[in-house]
Amino acid sequence: MRVKVRLYASLRSYLPGMKIGDTTELEIQDGACIADLFRELHIPREIVKMSFVNGISREPDFVLNADDQVGIFPPIGGG
Amino acid sequence: MWILRINMTDQSYKLEDIPEEYRQLYGRALTSQIVFDEVPPLCHPLGPNNKLIFSAGIVTGTTAATSARISVGAKSPLTGGIKEANAGSAWGPDLARLNIRALVIEGQPKEKGAYWGATIEWDPTAQKPAVVFFDATPYAGRDVYEVYPKIFERFGDSVSVASVGAAGERGYANSGIVFNDMAKRPSRFAGRGGLGAVMASKGLKFVVLNDKGAPGVPIADPALFAEGKNKLNDAILTHDISKPKGGLNTYGTAVLINILNEAGGLPTRNFSSGRFEYAGETAGEAVFETNKERMGKEIYNHACSPGCIIQCSNTLYNPDKSERTSCVEYESTWALGANLGVRDLDDIATMIQLCNAYGLDTIETGGTLGVAMEAGIIPFGDSKGAIGLIEDMGKGTPMGRLLGSGTETTGKAYGVTHVPTVKGQSMPAYEPRAVKGIGITYATTTMGADHTAGYTIAPEILGVSGKVDPLSAEGKAAMSRAFQATTAFIDSSGHCLFIAFPILDIASGFEGFVQECSGVLGTHWTADDIVAYGAKVLKTERAFNEAAGIKAEADRLPEFMRLEPLPPHNQVFDVPDSALDSVFKEM
Repeated sequence: MRVKVRLYASLRSYLPGMKIGDTTELEIQDGACIADLFRELHIPREIVKMSFVNGISREPDFVLNADDQVGIFPPIGGG
Repeated sequence: MWILRINMTDQSYKLEDIPEEYRQLYGRALTSQIVFDEVPPLCHPLGPNNKLIFSAGIVTGTTAATSARISVGAKSPLTGGIKEANAGSAWGPDLARLNIRALVIEGQPKEKGAYWGATIEWDPTAQKPAVVFFDATPYAGRDVYEVYPKIFERFGDSVSVASVGAAGERGYANSGIVFNDMAKRPSRFAGRGGLGAVMASKGLKFVVLNDKGAPGVPIADPALFAEGKNKLNDAILTHDISKPKGGLNTYGTAVLINILNEAGGLPTRNFSSGRFEYAGETAGEAVFETNKERMGKEIYNHACSPGCIIQCSNTLYNPDKSERTSCVEYESTWALGANLGVRDLDDIATMIQLCNAYGLDTIETGGTLGVAMEAGIIPFGDSKGAIGLIEDMGKGTPMGRLLGSGTETTGKAYGVTHVPTVKGQSMPAYEPRAVKGIGITYATTTMGADHTAGYTIAPEILGVSGKVDPLSAEGKAAMSRAFQATTAFIDSSGHCLFIAFPILDIASGFEGFVQECSGVLGTHWTADDIVAYGAKVLKTERAFNEAAGIKAEADRLPEFMRLEPLPPHNQVFDVPDSALDSVFKEM
């Protein structure tokens, strides 16, 4: 199945050449979870702080569905 | 330490000893207490009976890291209630080192259109601060970027400067007080609530501080202070958000644009959606990468004030490597970007620069322009039109004066029902329908809609201090209450609110923060003590508001947020009134 992925802040280096705001479509196995996506993208799990699937914060064991939109963030803050 | 009173009726001053009951009050705690004690709650905010109070925090002026905040308080012309706005600048430490616990500006000159500046220096003979007044009328009505260099030229490079722009001089309810940053830019604002108009209404254009020869801040227990300082430093320098080349130092506060957009909580086109399709182009990552392309190297952010080790202030550069503006904050790039449907980062930076030049609050300006677009004055996405309207505000055209009155007044003038304000103050960059806890803070804080008053975004969106569901109202009243009380103390400590990220996650950092404050004061405070201190500040502020006619019924969000579901989560603000009322009832 295919999912849509966006990486932000320092994680952008794991999809080099991506223009800001662009979405990458990735082919992953049916039943894959967010942590599988980290492995696919070679992102060490410990540097990820927040993952959003279709606008909802999810933990790394969350199982993805086709066409899910995933946004992945390192620790960030501001205000 | 003294209270320095400047009376603008006759441009005189006097020094008073600090009353016993003010002994432990600093920063927001002191500005709010003096407003409560001395300002008639029903006075006109721009009349002779309002007072403008400046106070630095407990540790401001010491070697404590990231602690150069200055609080400014008065009755607000925007909300009609109490106001405390704070900024990071060398001005705060200078005031503290001059041993001025509070600077109180009172009275009003009879002459209209006349302005004075006040320079405050240390008199080595009398061993006291001394004030000299100068004629500032020739500086009035001009761009603050043009005026500041002349003030530094006149008084020397080592002074620090507080001032107001044309917005304040015209009495706009949207006008801030500006302080210099480390590069002498007039860019650090106590922006919210119209305090610039209060300062200008007193005929005061500048307060110039020179701390040369001043004794500095006394520390009652240097060993405890040093222990606390080291623990807090370690926490700041190791936490991923606040450490060097961490999130804030690399991308600035505008790093939040994308995460709020992903969470569906980025207010877009005057709070009609929680997602902006071009959000990424206006975010901190875009500032960093635009600079890298234009400057040919990675540029990390700088400190707004001396002693800051977080250093989150950015600069956006032009293609010719000249400076376009500093700083592109999250709130500013949202207010003038997503909130207006504007995607052009350079145009957003131009708007920020103009707001600074005229002395406007970027949040209130963006909120007002969003309502102006809703009213059809210009279309959403029209960045050039928005620039033109800000210029109208600076020039004081009839349209500019209307817009300068703020978001709520503009909404009334055009019959708009979709007006995102609480107690007359425009909402910041978090959608209450998608992030319920921050909605409770907006509704209940004494300040009018204000994210900094109780930043529940930390656990609701950022995963700091745990993770909670932003769409749920469960437990959020208690959470907002706890954040508001702790924040009122942080605002009194002199530390930047961004120390909250490391101290919420790192226990020794929190302990160090409390020890630092105890070290200065000679107390032995615990976590409970500082929450109680903060709660007392809030109750004082609330008592002032109630006496000014702002009662619990004002602790509500605008009706449209209960009626109109917000995409993409299609939620309304469903927090019961009883939960909103419980924030203060159970404090």
